[in-house]
Amino acid sequence: MHNDQKGRKQPWKMPESMKAWILLAPTLIFLIVFTVYPILRSGYLSLNAYELGMRKPEFIGLQNYIGFAKSPLFWKVMRNTLYFSLLTVIPAFFIGLGLALLVNTKRAKGIGLYRTSFFYPVMMPMIAIASIWMFMYMQESGMLDQLILKLGGRPLGVLSNKRTVLPAMAVMYVWREAGYLMIFFLSGLQSLDKELYEAALIDGSTPIHTFRKITLPLLAPTTLFVTITALTDSLKLVDHIVIMTEGAPNNASTLLLYYIYQQGFVFFDQARASTLTVVMLVIMLIVSMGQFFNNDKKIYYN
Amino acid sequence: MSLRKKVNPLYYVVAITLSCLFLIPLVWMVLTAFTKATFVMKVFPHENWTLDNIKYVWGQVPFARYYLNTIMVVVSTYAIQFITITMAAYALAVLKFKGEKLVFLIIFIQIIIPNDVLIIPNFMTISDLGLTDRKVAIMLPFLGSAMGTFLLRQHFKTIPRALSDAATIDGCNTAQIIRHVYVPNSKTAYISFGLVSVSYHWNNFLWPLIVTNSVENRTLTVGLALFAKSKEAVLQWTNVCAATFIISAPLVLVFFIFQKKFIESFVASGIK
Repeated sequence: MHNDQKGRKQPWKMPESMKAWILLAPTLIFLIVFTVYPILRSGYLSLNAYELGMRKPEFIGLQNYIGFAKSPLFWKVMRNTLYFSLLTVIPAFFIGLGLALLVNTKRAKGIGLYRTSFFYPVMMPMIAIASIWMFMYMQESGMLDQLILKLGGRPLGVLSNKRTVLPAMAVMYVWREAGYLMIFFLSGLQSLDKELYEAALIDGSTPIHTFRKITLPLLAPTTLFVTITALTDSLKLVDHIVIMTEGAPNNASTLLLYYIYQQGFVFFDQARASTLTVVMLVIMLIVSMGQFFNNDKKIYYN
Repeated sequence: MSLRKKVNPLYYVVAITLSCLFLIPLVWMVLTAFTKATFVMKVFPHENWTLDNIKYVWGQVPFARYYLNTIMVVVSTYAIQFITITMAAYALAVLKFKGEKLVFLIIFIQIIIPNDVLIIPNFMTISDLGLTDRKVAIMLPFLGSAMGTFLLRQHFKTIPRALSDAATIDGCNTAQIIRHVYVPNSKTAYISFGLVSVSYHWNNFLWPLIVTNSVENRTLTVGLALFAKSKEAVLQWTNVCAATFIISAPLVLVFFIFQKKFIESFVASGIK
């Protein structure tokens, strides 16, 4: 096939598989060193004691895990994390879907403007968002409390009350995440077959009926994807805690990733931090398992 | 489109009200950043315009340096990702080789487990390599991108084989085929991933906070956090808003100008 027409000696050709591995090498090296290896390393370290001042890790079996299992603070953090996820994922999901349905039209004027105002928070650093909202939530002088005072209520100081701190943070996060999820719903909606809708309309289907019988079922794969994305995003969220509360009051706003950060970089206990990292990895794994039930998996291999 | 109806006026009421609600934090931040400090926080600051807050914060915090650091990190990260994902995507989209499943497994792992979760072991690796407090430490974990590779590979697959076959007959080698056939035909994928990458790294906070320790290497987000947590900033909402404005303005502004492209890109990169 590769015969030279003039009969000259054909130069050596690199086998295709060798070429592939050379091209893949940089990506694979980075992924192995900074994704695969650290997963294994946290697994290994979680079985050791390795506190500040220790020269090297010392094997202690499952002691770290047992320690956390017995720690009320650990369970409090887990409860906070679950509570915060529920408070953010569910509203962000429905608001995101609602916004997508709202802006999924070409007929209305100013669509770009609406989309822009729903999506711009995604472009802002979480640190910046938290700084703004911290002042909006500030006790008495903050925007929220001033509004309440004007309406004749008592100032809440939502960030310093253990009952309101997570819901207050959740409102902020839903405001940011809803516009992001809107995008996925929008892309899902736009891939739906237009003819189905025209047919439904001709058949005299009401908009609500069309939504329930056509839009929702066809949107199911998107729905699953969005739920997983929203859950993962919510679990990864930590920046705002550094700015707003540092876990206060009394760890009422400490979430798992912030707890990991504290163990590692405030208390300098790498082994306990690794143990929590393993817990986090297991949670992420369980969350993403949902993907396997999605037909997304098919896409990866063809 | 033949069945088009008039838009219900109620639609505009809902859409405009919601848009205004979403815009409140941004509007409040910008107005506060550009008005004189008052004793009590204003719900709607609209008088005593001033640039003093911006000037004060710019003088107080080395934001110019942080800007430079952030731009260096963001640009270099994307430049290197551009090369790594192009190479990997070509191998996965075009070449046949054994072990493809293993490669997909590794890519899949990074899609499930984002680097944000691996701060502890990755920090240890960075300090083992003696790279703490270097800009390269901020970038390293992100230089191979599963998401970018995958996105680009999907795009490469849509490019007809005939094009690269023609190039081969013309005497192009693999590097030339990638450069002259695949890269120029995948502009949208590169832009999509570029926007996602740039906004992620511009906004990233925890990792740069952990691995940097000096003004020479800190990014904007870390600078803002340090300022917002400092004694000078307590109750100084005008100054904190000014600082917030300084660090978030470029990206938000660019987004407002190119919103259509941005949203399209996020839509494209979202379908993994």
